[in-house]
Amino acid sequence: MDLISENLPALFAGFRLTLQLAVYSGVLALALGLLLAAMRVSPLRPLSLFSAAYVELLRNTPLTLVFFFMYFVAPQFGVPAFSFLWVAVIALSLYTAAFVSEALRSGINSVGVGQAEAARAIGLTFGQTLSQVILPQAVRSVIPPLINVLIALTKNTSVAAGFGLVELIGVGRRLSTANAGDPWVWVGVAVFYLLITIPAGLLAGVVERKVAFAR
Amino acid sequence: MAHDLDEPTAEPGRGPLTTPLVVLTKVNKHFGALHVLQDIDLTVHRGEVVVVIGPSGSGKSTLCRAINRLETIDSGTITLDGVPLPAEGKALARLRADVGMVFQSFNLFAHKTVLENVMLGPVKAKGVKRAEAKERAVELLERVGVANQAAKLPAQLSGGQQQRVAIARALAMKPKVMLFDEPTSALDPEMINEVLDVMTDLAREGMTMVVVTHEMGFARRAAHRVVFMDAGQIVEEADPETFFTNPRSDRAKDFLSKILTH
Ligand SMILES: Nc1ncnc2c1ncn2[C@@H]1O[C@H](COP(=O)(O)OP(=O)(O)OP(=O)(O)O)[C@@H](O)[C@H]1O
Ligand SMILES: [Mg+2]
Repeated sequence: MDLISENLPALFAGFRLTLQLAVYSGVLALALGLLLAAMRVSPLRPLSLFSAAYVELLRNTPLTLVFFFMYFVAPQFGVPAFSFLWVAVIALSLYTAAFVSEALRSGINSVGVGQAEAARAIGLTFGQTLSQVILPQAVRSVIPPLINVLIALTKNTSVAAGFGLVELIGVGRRLSTANAGDPWVWVGVAVFYLLITIPAGLLAGVVERKVAFAR
Repeated sequence: MAHDLDEPTAEPGRGPLTTPLVVLTKVNKHFGALHVLQDIDLTVHRGEVVVVIGPSGSGKSTLCRAINRLETIDSGTITLDGVPLPAEGKALARLRADVGMVFQSFNLFAHKTVLENVMLGPVKAKGVKRAEAKERAVELLERVGVANQAAKLPAQLSGGQQQRVAIARALAMKPKVMLFDEPTSALDPEMINEVLDVMTDLAREGMTMVVVTHEMGFARRAAHRVVFMDAGQIVEEADPETFFTNPRSDRAKDFLSKILTH
């Protein structure tokens, strides 16, 4: 126990980095995932094929491999070397966007086709149909799976520890080595993860109730 | 109430039907191996009310949906007011604004109030100011007799009320033609007439209408022409009286004997 309080500053630093990774990647993944989902349901076949291929590829690739690719392979193709943080953020975003897209797509599919047809029939464009009619109705069924994706993202940030970033797991490793493998280190690390993931779960419940509507 | 029409007909409701508005020429459509529309030729004139009738699976819905391109066609042409249906994008959206559609299952936007349902099209697709769109929406809701439900969500309304809202929603776009695909088939019997009455009024005011329905009373009262479809073909066309009392084809006779006996 003392070990945790003695090392709070280090744990906080790791926590900050983990939070940064999660928030930056979360925002980017949501934006990219929304774009992918819109492409997937668009009437333009090349777009929907691209989106489908992207999602299948990324969903079926280990995250570590995406990190390897971003760190070691992409620079060889002229992709500029960003800071470690941003390379990790991009890897996490590209990977998570595939899951965001799938969550959004199943939400979109849960809204009956009649809704989209009625929207198109009154002259709304594809974008308006999506933003005015489909997404507002999909939101409710999409929030819980989307939060799950973000919780998984938070946990996935730990992969960055293997790539030189001293986030929570990185801090845990250092403290563990310095303190002869004291298990309390990992209890401390776990608590900090829960500090992110439990409120996220609670938020899911609140938002879900807020946007509820009668069908 | 002629304000609901884009252009007046010579004599609302029963004027001479001389201006082609919707023209289908040699339209073909397949669903896989199934040939759902076979060389369909059909002209609907401005101010004309055409009732489409026929057995289940004969292609009536597909025909309706092809007219506002909710269904693509394989060959042939469809023109609206002389203009061929655009393929995709903004031009198609604009065309659809000119074609009102009423579905069997109402399809009101479940997350929006009745009033918002009617306002959405004018505001988003036509850029009408909200205040103006609201005023007109209230007017239309009054006209179809559901103005007192304006603040409710669709799920809180009866089927008949929902379908009348759906008609108001389509009218809000000031369409050139209205398509109805079995608008009363999903309704409890006691609600059918409130919807048919609204449709009959529309027909009297000179709205151009294509109506898929088995309601013979409505066809007799409001239609200029009945089109009988079977197995993807237009088998017979006639004025309602002639069609119902003296059908020419065996297929129409057979069909009528079935719907008359139940
Ligand atoms: N999206 C689709 N994919 C494949 N087949 C379809 C599709 N839509 C309709 N069909 C088939 O095409 C045929 C014609 O369908 P359509 O809905 O136009 O008939 P209908 O005359 O409206 O029948 P009903 O009176 O039952 O509404 C039917 O056999 C139907 O099963
Ligand atoms: Mg049908």
